[in-house]
Amino acid sequence: MLAINNLHAEVEEKQILKGINLDIKPGEVHAIMGPNGSGKSTLGHVLSGREGYEVTQGSVQFGQKDLLEMSIEERAREGLFLAFQYPVEIPGVSNMEFLKASVDAVRAHNELPDLDAVSFMKKARSVCKAVDLDQSFLKRGVNEGFSGGEKKRNEIMQMMLLEPRLAILDETDSGLDIDALQVVAEGVNSLRSPDRSFIVITHYQRLLDYIEPDFVHVLAGGKIVKSGDKSLALELEAKGYAWLAEEVV
Amino acid sequence: MSDLILQAAQAEKTTPLPWLADFQQLQNNTWLRQAVPTRKTEAWRYTPLNRLEKGNFFGAPAQVHECSECLQEQISLPDANGDELDCYRLVFVNGFYAESLSALGELQTGVSLCRFGDANEAQQSAIKTHLGTIANDSVNLFTTLNNSQLQEGVLLSLDDGVVLDKPLRILWLGSAQAVPFSVTQRLLVLMGANSQAMVLEQHLSDDAEQNSFTNGVTELSLGEGAQLHHYRLHQEHESVLHIGGVFADLGKNSLLNSFHLAFGSVLTRIDIVVNHRGQGAHSELSGIYLPRNNQYVDYHTCIEHRVPNCTSNEVFRGIIGDSARAVFNGRIHIHRDAQKTSAKLSNKNLLTSNRAEIDSKPELEIYADDVLCAHGATISQIEDEALHYLRTRGISDQEARVLLSFGFINTLIEKIPHTEIAEYLRPKLAVLFARDPELLRHIV
Repeated sequence: MLAINNLHAEVEEKQILKGINLDIKPGEVHAIMGPNGSGKSTLGHVLSGREGYEVTQGSVQFGQKDLLEMSIEERAREGLFLAFQYPVEIPGVSNMEFLKASVDAVRAHNELPDLDAVSFMKKARSVCKAVDLDQSFLKRGVNEGFSGGEKKRNEIMQMMLLEPRLAILDETDSGLDIDALQVVAEGVNSLRSPDRSFIVITHYQRLLDYIEPDFVHVLAGGKIVKSGDKSLALELEAKGYAWLAEEVV
Repeated sequence: MSDLILQAAQAEKTTPLPWLADFQQLQNNTWLRQAVPTRKTEAWRYTPLNRLEKGNFFGAPAQVHECSECLQEQISLPDANGDELDCYRLVFVNGFYAESLSALGELQTGVSLCRFGDANEAQQSAIKTHLGTIANDSVNLFTTLNNSQLQEGVLLSLDDGVVLDKPLRILWLGSAQAVPFSVTQRLLVLMGANSQAMVLEQHLSDDAEQNSFTNGVTELSLGEGAQLHHYRLHQEHESVLHIGGVFADLGKNSLLNSFHLAFGSVLTRIDIVVNHRGQGAHSELSGIYLPRNNQYVDYHTCIEHRVPNCTSNEVFRGIIGDSARAVFNGRIHIHRDAQKTSAKLSNKNLLTSNRAEIDSKPELEIYADDVLCAHGATISQIEDEALHYLRTRGISDQEARVLLSFGFINTLIEKIPHTEIAEYLRPKLAVLFARDPELLRHIV
């Protein structure tokens, strides 16, 4: 599904990723944990194609294709989805227009016909309900005036509509109360399937109680310094990250 | 004395109004004392008047004009069910009344609605009493010109307590003639205490090169507790020259909601003056301007707070593309006695080309000490963050730019209280952002 090989990337000439290797197979859930500033979010941005993040070395294979050669929108159409840590507010563009434009673009890329308005509405309403957002959120401007939790749920709603092959959740749990956390986790779990993979970027073990990962990686100083199964997350929760830093040294 | 001043002063009228001759003579005398503003005149420093001065628009009187098919097609405005909007409709072509295209029907008691050329004695008297008196200490020379030149116009007068049962729609249509000509448009709305109305003014032309100078002035007088929804939409061809104004007097506890739109043209200059004359009056003024190519749009607004306890809220947004240019001048004048005034002004501009230009100028003049006055002006480009966000959802860069540009003005369209007007405008505005219908299909 996704093969990251010796990935180096810099932002404003500052090296952030210093040789990431990661192999994600279909159906797997990989959690990426690590201290602040370790490069977790940068990895998400680089994979989604954000401008200003320059890959200086390495490669990323997405399915049969070279991910780094693709434009931002091509990546999305090929089935890569990034749930933003800080979703952007866009007043004047309704959530519904936005979602339809997005779904149509992805479907067109996959040579599927546009959904007619009625089927789309039905689908949009059902995912809206699934993430426990009132239907009125579909009519509001994209993320406009949404609370932190509502924005995160809106991200999950988009993910459920777009049904990506690979979803990257960038600290989707930050700022969520326990109820919202469960809603988000249920959304993710409902999408888990043998041909869909997830990268869950998080600070805390808490989210992983609800979204059970197959692998846990610790990112520190721009590299993956330790990988393990879900028990690693519990160990990190108990011991913090400092002992890993010492191990690396 | 400039040729423009002299030529206009001597212009011949095709259909003069004898009962207004005295007033017009006085106005003409005033006009003769005017000088055409130059770039040194602050209120006109950005407004290019050279085309007006050189255009020979007052050399020959306008002729009564047949309404072309192209113009007729523009008349339709559907309601929520897709049927033609039920309204009182007055249509003028190049300033002359087009009876066959108009629809007045039965008027309810307490409503006086007519064109000036058809005014009865009582209506003539109302016109003579009020014409040129509204916000008349803020008028400019082009209002004086309008006063002296007008030969047609519309009067709407409502008795106390009357709620106009249907919207009044006035279509000012334009079409080129053999030689350059001028068109004078006029609307006078007199609202009695607690009366209510909706008035929609549309300025349209056929889609060919225009060779006229249009001067359209609107006067709105709101009595105590009166409520008016007013629209003034400039949808003309980009070759038009239009200088106009909207002048409003607001009585005690009255409410004015006035929405403005201009696509842009060689010259579109609109002055809006809202006078809060009675305590408790409130005005909502909003507008959108969208010049492209080499077009020009200029809104000069002036909110006068003369008495205490009034509120005003003004929001204008513009998108300026290509080599177009826009001017927004927003003045708030709070007089010494106008304590407890709340006045808000916001002007936001989006530049979609590095050749586009906006001059945005808030002007606050405050002489009272217990007031709330907020103003803000911004000039920006499409936000990278928002563009990126849309693209990460598979939306193309091109479509994302269209969505974001349209979204920038859509926040105002969404607030239009009459949904049929919002729905009518959406596709007409959307096409300004892209020629390819594929890029527009998610917004219209």
